Amino acid sequence: MSNLFPVTLEGATLRRSGKVLVGPVNLELRAKGVTVVIGPNGAGKTSLLRMMHGIARLGGGSIRWACPPEEARAHQAFVFQQPIMMRRSVLGNLTYPLRLTGTSWSEARDRATQAATEVGLADMLDRPAPYLSGGERQKLALARALITRPELLFLDEPCASLDGRATREIEEILTRAAAAGTRLIMSTHDMGQARRLATEVLFLMNGNIHEHSSAEMFFGGSASPQAQAFLKGDIVE
Amino acid sequence: MEIWSGITEAFWLLVTLDADLVEITLRSLYVTLTALVIASAIALPLGALLAVRRFRARRITIAVLNALMGLPPVVVGLIVYVLLSRSGPFGVLGLLFTPTAMIIAQVIIIVPLIASIAHQALRELWSDYHDLLISMNTTQAQRVQALLWDGRRALLTASLAGFGRAIGEVGAIMVVGGNIDHHTRVLTTAIALETGKGEFALALGLGFVLIAMAIAVNLAIHVIGRTERGGRW
Amino acid sequence: MKRTIFAALSAALLATGAIADEMKLAVTTSFHNSGLSDILLPRIKEDTGIEVQLLVVGTGQAIKLGEAGDVDAILVHSRKAEDGFLAGGFGTHRREIMYNDFVFIGPSTDAAHVAEAESAANALARIMTAQAPFVSRGDDSGTHKKELSLWAAAEIAPEGAWYKAVGAGMGAALNTAAGLDAYIMADRASWLNFGNKGNLALLYAGDPILFNQYAYLPVNPDKHEHVETELAAKLEAWLVSDTAKALINDYKINGETLFVFNAK
Repeated sequence: MSNLFPVTLEGATLRRSGKVLVGPVNLELRAKGVTVVIGPNGAGKTSLLRMMHGIARLGGGSIRWACPPEEARAHQAFVFQQPIMMRRSVLGNLTYPLRLTGTSWSEARDRATQAATEVGLADMLDRPAPYLSGGERQKLALARALITRPELLFLDEPCASLDGRATREIEEILTRAAAAGTRLIMSTHDMGQARRLATEVLFLMNGNIHEHSSAEMFFGGSASPQAQAFLKGDIVE
Repeated sequence: MEIWSGITEAFWLLVTLDADLVEITLRSLYVTLTALVIASAIALPLGALLAVRRFRARRITIAVLNALMGLPPVVVGLIVYVLLSRSGPFGVLGLLFTPTAMIIAQVIIIVPLIASIAHQALRELWSDYHDLLISMNTTQAQRVQALLWDGRRALLTASLAGFGRAIGEVGAIMVVGGNIDHHTRVLTTAIALETGKGEFALALGLGFVLIAMAIAVNLAIHVIGRTERGGRW
Repeated sequence: MKRTIFAALSAALLATGAIADEMKLAVTTSFHNSGLSDILLPRIKEDTGIEVQLLVVGTGQAIKLGEAGDVDAILVHSRKAEDGFLAGGFGTHRREIMYNDFVFIGPSTDAAHVAEAESAANALARIMTAQAPFVSRGDDSGTHKKELSLWAAAEIAPEGAWYKAVGAGMGAALNTAAGLDAYIMADRASWLNFGNKGNLALLYAGDPILFNQYAYLPVNPDKHEHVETELAAKLEAWLVSDTAKALINDYKINGETLFVFNAK
């Protein structure tokens, strides 16, 4: 098993048509825990995750993993705010990432069935994925992301449009994954969720990391004034 | 009046299962379906590649494809004719005035059409899939594969459009096939021939057979693909 | 029924492969439209074993096909073009087979009084004088060339709104004439076999200048070594035989003889 961490960002910047979306970011993340990215709307949470994962091309600076970049990519997965459902069955969605890396069909099917059971979709294997409800879709997306057993999973506001029950189910899955050793980096605007899951916090403002601290310290009252204000629900700029 | 006698003629040709009619109908199907399979094998991956890949000549390729869609079949026929003629560069193959020549011409005619429609359809699918497939570290070929498989319903429509254009085409296959009886005569060239002879009823009859066959093939393909089940699938 | 389908299917599928002795013969539209080929081809197959594949085109295109070596022989009716073909070395020789004649067709009302003409040239002069619509093949075919030579002989330059060159085969040109109620020159065979006569009628025929000689010209193997010279020679022998003579002379539509065998 390769080791991605620590990962170091130096002046990492993401631009779109000349405008800086996020950065320059200087950051080092270690191998353990659940990093929660919070901050006001437009602070650059999504951009930071996409930049680190490599879906968005780096506009400047560098991101260095502890292993070669191709290897790092192979051990990551990403769950999007709007789950992207492939136009095939639940089973087809789950087996797809396995088949990409050459897993045999029968093994892929067994693992997919197992994964579906873990997220409570076992009786929906043959259903077309685009027909699932919002919560079911996100659970499927999560199971699909975890099925390759990535070392690192990015999640971009995975519960943004879900009801309480679906949110709780997703959080349970995430807690299990974290306990099993999957490194999570996740953005959220739900401070309750951040408190429940985070071991460390990245507080973003205006495309930059304003604060990087442990969850205990951040939520325990030693956060910066801006972060305090944000936590209270004030508008921060 | 003429229409009515055409319908009657078509009816009699069909109920008596006229041997010549059966022969040219089967040849029409053979030529066009073969051309369709070959053209789809070229055009569908091409359409997917154009959707997935950003290469320098992409815009030009798309523009050329769109322009070629409007290419008059008779021009294609003439080009293929000149190439396959005994005096042309591929003359030694002796392909002129054979069903193979007709297939080649039809492939050239429908590849741009199928590729263009496929590209339109898959571009939309690709914008859905883009982030996911990039995130999954897929290769170019795997992306094309995923689009072709998950977009198969839209691609079927593209192929059927190609079939429609090929089966009803007469200009090119007349030139490269020569409309030789029992050899390269198909429904459309037979219709042109009978029209030339002033046998309008028979020509119309053959025309109705052609329409009926086109509808039958469309229905058959839809049934086989069971594509009518489940909306977006 | 199953058999028919199977036979037809295999015929369609195997059509590319050479099953029997096959040769390609480019013939003029007028020859094929007359229906004579439907009589001759099965007998040729029976007597010689040769499957003659007909490419039905205008004389101009038939000559082109012969020059390119895309056919093994041509059967056409335009002396000047044939001589040019031979002069260019594209054919081995020219063999006269038979003749038919050209006729003047026009609306049965005959506003130009072509039916009263004394000669072919006179008939054309009447059409021109009346400015009556006239449809010309305009496709460089033997019939078209013949028509142009007749205008030249009558010392008339055919131009004006009444002269319509349609650039199409005999049948299509006749369809146009029927639609326009126009005059047209056609070979007798095509006319008799034409199914869409409408208001048209045969108005003038008989001038010897209207005779239409068909000749058979095998493609020169020196130019194109792949041509089926032997089959072409075999076919020629059959075309000048007594069997062919009887079939050609006895071929009638509505009781009218179409072709006169004159091979020597």
